[in-house]
Amino acid sequence: MSKYLILIYQDEAVARQAEGESISASYQQFQQRRGPSLLGGAALHPSSTATSIRRDGNGGFLVTDGPFAESKETLGGYYLIEATDLDEALEIAKEVPAGVGVEVWPVRVAS
Amino acid sequence: MAGAGGQLMPRTASAEVAAAVADAHRREWAFVLAATVRVAGDIDAAEEAVQDAYASALASWGGSGIPRNTGAWLTVTARRRALDARRRAATAEHALPKLLSPGEPGVEDLAIDEEGIPDDRLRLIFTCCHPALAVEAQVALTLRLLCGLSTAEVARAFLVPEATMAARITRAKKKIAAAHIPYRVPAASELHERVDGVLSVVYLVYTTGHTAPSGADLMRRDLAERGLELARMLHALLPGDADVAGLLALVLLTGARTGARLDGHRDIVLLEHQDRSKWDRRAIEEGVSLLRESLAAGLPGRFALMAAITAVHDQSGSWPDTDWHEILGLYDLLVERWPSPVVQLNRAIALGFASGFAEGLAELDALGAEPQLARYPYLAAARGDFLVRLGRPGDARVAFEEALILTDNGAEERFLRARLEGLPDSHGRQGQRESPS
Repeated sequence: MSKYLILIYQDEAVARQAEGESISASYQQFQQRRGPSLLGGAALHPSSTATSIRRDGNGGFLVTDGPFAESKETLGGYYLIEATDLDEALEIAKEVPAGVGVEVWPVRVAS
Repeated sequence: MAGAGGQLMPRTASAEVAAAVADAHRREWAFVLAATVRVAGDIDAAEEAVQDAYASALASWGGSGIPRNTGAWLTVTARRRALDARRRAATAEHALPKLLSPGEPGVEDLAIDEEGIPDDRLRLIFTCCHPALAVEAQVALTLRLLCGLSTAEVARAFLVPEATMAARITRAKKKIAAAHIPYRVPAASELHERVDGVLSVVYLVYTTGHTAPSGADLMRRDLAERGLELARMLHALLPGDADVAGLLALVLLTGARTGARLDGHRDIVLLEHQDRSKWDRRAIEEGVSLLRESLAAGLPGRFALMAAITAVHDQSGSWPDTDWHEILGLYDLLVERWPSPVVQLNRAIALGFASGFAEGLAELDALGAEPQLARYPYLAAARGDFLVRLGRPGDARVAFEEALILTDNGAEERFLRARLEGLPDSHGRQGQRESPS
């Protein structure tokens, strides 16, 4: 089995609207259906609440408002899943009822 | 070499062995590699074992004679090497990302399972053409792993530096291993969509060879041949698939005209002026019969429709006999189901021949706004041709000059220059060279 991180992207404007909402019925259904494959996951607050910390190269840090990459699509949440291979991971990811879409990243397992 | 002085004469001359190995490389590479991947556990290790097997064939076939089934010999040898290498690396194995972890392969995996091997090739195709890989990577992997081309050859085929191609292939292989792209034939529910992706890759290989996007020559025959071989391999592996039959039909029906596409100076001869006696009748017959098979299966796919259009040309006795209404009808179906700008461009050309050049030109002009066609030389070239036929040489000149700027292919450049020279000058006198149209 392999582990994958599914990053859920949504439109920033839609995300702001949904702020404070409890988990939607479609996500509840997805979680029930794919429960055995889901290792973890969470919804995130809007990107305006994120803080980036960048190393300044001199042992210090540069702390700035917002995520690393500003774009129309922002990270809204994630799932950590387990699947036999990428095909199964993609099948699961397609069922995530995400607004814009999702990214699937294989998780590196330390040896 | 066969020597005097009592030296043992090798049972098979080295030239004969070299030819047999080269032949086996061309015909059996995918077969041997695909059958070795499962034993090796990853693609790189399998490639290495297969290369070793070919090297040892070169060394040992001279003494032992060329085996009757070269593919089986090479597969057994490659699998044995892969297994040895894997056992040697067993201690470090857990650290390596694997294509699949089917467990330690047993000795029974070394046996040649005549039923299993075609499946292995199919698995390899679906891995190379997995939609999670970039299309350029899919094409590169297909040529590298299924056709056995070296990285340098693949780079040459697509006119990119070898280092760029090597990096592209390495990145793709890393993704296959790290993301666990599976080595298997997709489930029935997904098969249709995935086959379509594979066919697009094979067609891209073929068209890149049939009309090279750049370079001095119109064609890269080697690449076109590889495309045909891949289409044949797919048809052998998926004999019941109508889309696969459609693609093989298209490739055969297009390739049937290869011998008439260039003149003695390697200049382009338009379909209109081709010597149809040079067309390959056997390829046309085979293509038409495959096309029938594909069409009989129901709603025709994209490649079957393109093959049907090609078949109308291939089967008409002369240019004036061409049934443009039939061709237009087929393009209408194609546009309806796959409305790409390139298909619309071809439909506009068919419309010109079926219903009048003014009507065709109006369609072509409308397509000028398509961003996808902005750098596509054939739109300007087709406009130029219709403008000539409509008696507007001045406007045709502008169109041909535009096409000339857009093409990177030497033969196409020569063709467009000839057309420009053939246009009447501003005083209405005919140019020195006769217009090819």
